Amino acid sequence: MKKVLTGNFAAAYGATAAKVDVVSAYPITPQTTIVEILSEIVADGLLDADFIKVESEHSAMAACIGAQAVGARTFTATSAQGLALMHEMLHWAARGRLPIVMANVNRAMAPGWSIWADVTDSVAQRDTGWMQVYCENNQEVFDTILMSYKVGEYEDVLLPTLVNLDAFFLSHTSQVVDLYDEKTIDAFLPEYNPKIKLDVKDPRSFGALTSPEHYYEFSYKMQIAQENARSRIKEVSAEFEKRFGRKYDLIEAYRCEDAETVLVDYGTIAGTAKDAVDRMRDRGERVGALKIRYLRPFPVKEVCRILNSARQVGVIDRAISFGHEGPFFTEVKAAMYGSQIPIWGFLAGLGGRDVSIADIESVVTHMKQNEPSNIIWIGVKK
Amino acid sequence: MIEIRFHGRGGQGAVKASDILAMAAFAEGKMVQAFPFFGVERRGAPVTAFTRISEDEIRIHCYIYEPDVLVILDPTLIGAVPLTDGLKPGGKIIINTTRPPADFTFPKADDPKVFTVDCSSIALKHRLGSKEAPIVNTAILGAVAKATNLVSINSIMEAVKEKIPVNKEENALAAKETYQKLQG
Repeated sequence: MKKVLTGNFAAAYGATAAKVDVVSAYPITPQTTIVEILSEIVADGLLDADFIKVESEHSAMAACIGAQAVGARTFTATSAQGLALMHEMLHWAARGRLPIVMANVNRAMAPGWSIWADVTDSVAQRDTGWMQVYCENNQEVFDTILMSYKVGEYEDVLLPTLVNLDAFFLSHTSQVVDLYDEKTIDAFLPEYNPKIKLDVKDPRSFGALTSPEHYYEFSYKMQIAQENARSRIKEVSAEFEKRFGRKYDLIEAYRCEDAETVLVDYGTIAGTAKDAVDRMRDRGERVGALKIRYLRPFPVKEVCRILNSARQVGVIDRAISFGHEGPFFTEVKAAMYGSQIPIWGFLAGLGGRDVSIADIESVVTHMKQNEPSNIIWIGVKK
Repeated sequence: MIEIRFHGRGGQGAVKASDILAMAAFAEGKMVQAFPFFGVERRGAPVTAFTRISEDEIRIHCYIYEPDVLVILDPTLIGAVPLTDGLKPGGKIIINTTRPPADFTFPKADDPKVFTVDCSSIALKHRLGSKEAPIVNTAILGAVAKATNLVSINSIMEAVKEKIPVNKEENALAAKETYQKLQG
């Protein structure tokens, strides 16, 4: 069934379609409607779930951790300062090996007080052990929530996923979304039945003191789980395509086959970049775009496979790691270590500044006229 | 792809109008996108909203800089904000006003086609909003359907009824009336 929905509705409907058992969330702009819709869906009896009201995001994540630990499928959503407040609990969720799924409406960190798009909030959670996906459109938000439960719940993964959507450019933008049918979704995503859980009949210890004798191996296993997730993501994406007809992967290459210049991007900028690529192609310029979906696990091999045939690469970041450069730029450069292909690092759209087709074309123009550099601010007023 | 930019004031319902237009076009099998200019909402402040309608998937996610159609819910915005910036040559401008199209000139626009209709009176006649602040968003969509031929008036009326929680019939009839009374 197709509907015209905002990104926030797509997120709430995604959690509903995944038949989550527990929702716990605290409202924050621009995430608020996700929580509102879910509380209505639960109150109307359309989803057999418990909605746990809490006094903060820290508690929301704590509630999800407790519920997931006893074997419930859980969902929450937040933005910016709310995600920052959860930070401690994010480690608990990931290291507790709890495949929670959370929608994060990417919003700039204050001050200056902002409710607009910027990925600093999620990038700051990079090392918590969560998988992280960045969505281009509302369909991808819905689909990614379904796929994230499936990937995370594999026994050789057992990790939570942060599903990111740009503030307003997705959260408050209406688009056509296919919600499929219940039977097909249920066949794709069966009930969550973890082998190991909190159970009075089968007592175990969770989160106990871990001496140097074991902590090192815990960390080793977390890394193995992230590496396993890479192949599980591919597997689940392939099954998703078979059942629902939509193709996903760790990355998405657009017109890169014979491209001399490849732009690397993520989130909604990736959509606008595809139109920009078409325009430049119409003028005879050999340009392509590479969308990165997963920041973690980072698709090193896949990124290199595409970029190694390019002559030059430009990365567009909607965040900056102060004192260094754009965070995805760092990742792409590291992945390309040893390659002689020049790479430029661009910043655009921080704090919700619009990124137009003209802005993306200006990136390519800049690369033609200048030597590579790590920080180029598109359209900054100095 | 057709791009429509709505200009109104907070409280007039420009954002809802952009959404209803998208819904109507979707019902006719089109791909659509609708979104507000993401400002802070205040009653009376200038508001901008956007609708894209296309046969193909819509991938772009930035504001509309070169609209095909402008919809002006409040004529006092003319001259107050740069409304016609980027309007495509021969683009259409639909204005809620008591005055005829010939009264309006847009020197910065290239050969614009101007249409007018008194949405405020029609909205009031159907008891939508108050005399000081008539709610004109549903009414003006009839005029948009007539001026652009992008969607049928029936699809607009159905989308209005689906999206507006109260006075569904009155809102739909207001749209029908501007469809019939549009000048231009």
